[in-house]
Amino acid sequence: MSVSKKPARSLLGWETTILALVIVALLIGSTLSDAFLTGANLSNLSSNLVEVALIALTMTLIVIAAEIDLSVASIAGMCSALLGVLWAAHVPMPLAVLASLALGTLAGLFNGWLVTRLGLPSLAVTIGTLALYRGLAYALLGDRAVADFPPFWTNLGFGLVPGTQIPIPIVAFAALAVVTAVTLHATPFGRSLYAIGASELAARFAGLRVERTKLLLFTLSGLMSAFAAVIYTFRFSSARADNAAGLELAVIAAVLLGGVSIFGGRGSVTGVIGAVFLIGIIQNALTLADVPNEILTIVTGLLLILSVLGPNLAAQVKASRERQRHAAAARGGAP
Amino acid sequence: MTTDLSSSSTPAAPAPNLLARLLRAREASLILILLTLVAVTTAANPRFLSAQSLRDLALNVAIIALVVVGQTLVLLMKHVDLSVSSVLGLTAFLSGSLFVAHPGMPVWLALLAGLGIGAALGAVNGLLVAYGKVPALVATLGTLYVFRGVDYAVVHGGQITASNLPPAFSAFASGSVLGVPTLVLLVLAVMVGFSVYLRSYRSGREYYAVGSNVEAANLAGINVGRRVLTGFILSGAIAGLAGVLYLARFGTVDAAAGTGLELQVIAAAVVGGVAITGGVGTIAGAGIGALLLGVIGSALVALRAPAFWQQAIQGALLLLAISIDIILARRAERALQERSHR
Repeated sequence: MSVSKKPARSLLGWETTILALVIVALLIGSTLSDAFLTGANLSNLSSNLVEVALIALTMTLIVIAAEIDLSVASIAGMCSALLGVLWAAHVPMPLAVLASLALGTLAGLFNGWLVTRLGLPSLAVTIGTLALYRGLAYALLGDRAVADFPPFWTNLGFGLVPGTQIPIPIVAFAALAVVTAVTLHATPFGRSLYAIGASELAARFAGLRVERTKLLLFTLSGLMSAFAAVIYTFRFSSARADNAAGLELAVIAAVLLGGVSIFGGRGSVTGVIGAVFLIGIIQNALTLADVPNEILTIVTGLLLILSVLGPNLAAQVKASRERQRHAAAARGGAP
Repeated sequence: MTTDLSSSSTPAAPAPNLLARLLRAREASLILILLTLVAVTTAANPRFLSAQSLRDLALNVAIIALVVVGQTLVLLMKHVDLSVSSVLGLTAFLSGSLFVAHPGMPVWLALLAGLGIGAALGAVNGLLVAYGKVPALVATLGTLYVFRGVDYAVVHGGQITASNLPPAFSAFASGSVLGVPTLVLLVLAVMVGFSVYLRSYRSGREYYAVGSNVEAANLAGINVGRRVLTGFILSGAIAGLAGVLYLARFGTVDAAAGTGLELQVIAAAVVGGVAITGGVGTIAGAGIGALLLGVIGSALVALRAPAFWQQAIQGALLLLAISIDIILARRAERALQERSHR
């Protein structure tokens, strides 16, 4: 009773909270509108959040390692533009998709190279490449839009798994989420990310190859952004230079709301996935209830702030209460 | 990797002292780059230095440079304010609405209103960061959304156009003293004021102390919480003032005004030598950073760079500036260490 459990906000606690919030949001959503808890709507809901969800997976790893990647949406825009340009130039689609994925991987590798080789802060590097990659997207495609993608491919973007209401991209996401979760939580590589995020110096002394790990993380982030770009392009049947613009903030909001510490060293894939769905469900439910868009923006921002502020305030209240109790005990126990 | 660097510099000849000092004086090297850029561009297109294009350039840079002043205060303390673009957008619209409601309102009252609204919004950030212990990146990313959402709710699909604004305000917007636009003078005054404050006042120095080492600052008796709160209030107030100037410059404002500006502002500060790791930087440097980015932008237009390539070139140059900066800083540090070992 005297010594409280050490980690005041254990990860399990926050994950449970997120899960509870998801359920509450589902309940409130179903009371707001009859159309909410239908297969078609849930299918549409999950389809809408798939790009953010995908990029959030690799962003989780990066933030746990105490770095950040602001260029993800620009990488996606650039890869979408390349896909459009290649298709418009009659390159076979599988080849165009592969080229887009390769470009994203290279873009991520370049971020990682700047961060690890030159030792630049990732915030500064990726603000730079955010501008650079979006600029290259415009250089590739200008303000044109390529839209005449073949039905087989666009179906991969917005189609459903035959016989179900499950969107095809969500299946890919589920698979990648499992891979990411297992990698992060059950492999030495995953544990090394926490070590690097908690203290890079200590990780170095422990013999972890910090540079190589970070290089890999940024490369993976680029590849994932490209993958999200391919899905985005097919889902909307449109390749444009401004595709996915501004998505980086949505991704980071989801990662932080999911309980990943911006200072690194703490967080889980489950929490982040919960947060992605929480935001998606709230936005969908409010939209169905005819709540205007601006309220959605406000709610997203408030959620983000409260997710950190809430536990902080609770910890402060608890600490001050403990202090009072100690003071009372000291007074009562004095001889 | 790094060995070749150090081995070549260890027996280095008595390093060109002037050059080293010049390189360390960040502003000097930036001005050098700036002058080269202007010279090359003017040689290729003499109209680059025409009065009209200079005036446009100054007005465009002024608003960014103003917001950078507040951002610098926050960055010095190792925090960041991502919400400035939303603060600017919201105050631009609200001050416009004030004019619509009270066409006879004097201009100084609008500027004051912008400052006040901005300060209030900044106080929200400051309270969250200083007393709620919410990391600045999270807090201001949250308020970036919240303030923008409020902006959309208030604007509600409408917009302010130049025809809604009273003649006095339009006169202020297009006015100039000795050929220098009033807006630019106002921004310069703010920059000079804050430069002096940061350099010569105890509380100004505290921004550097907090950003260099919070615990040391605390032990030295600095009220860190109050300093952080003040920094965010000032950043908000300055962004609010910038909102009024934005309205003055463009005349037309809708709910999306200023979107994405936060990254340009941070980029300008970083190029200008304000370290995002706190404790290092000057207002002058940050202002020159904003100017450099602005000049690059208009130089690309003057050089008739293909329109769709301009953003990519700007991005590449930004990256180059950041990289050169860190390499120079590290060289200077190493040189300093070697000297102290000898």
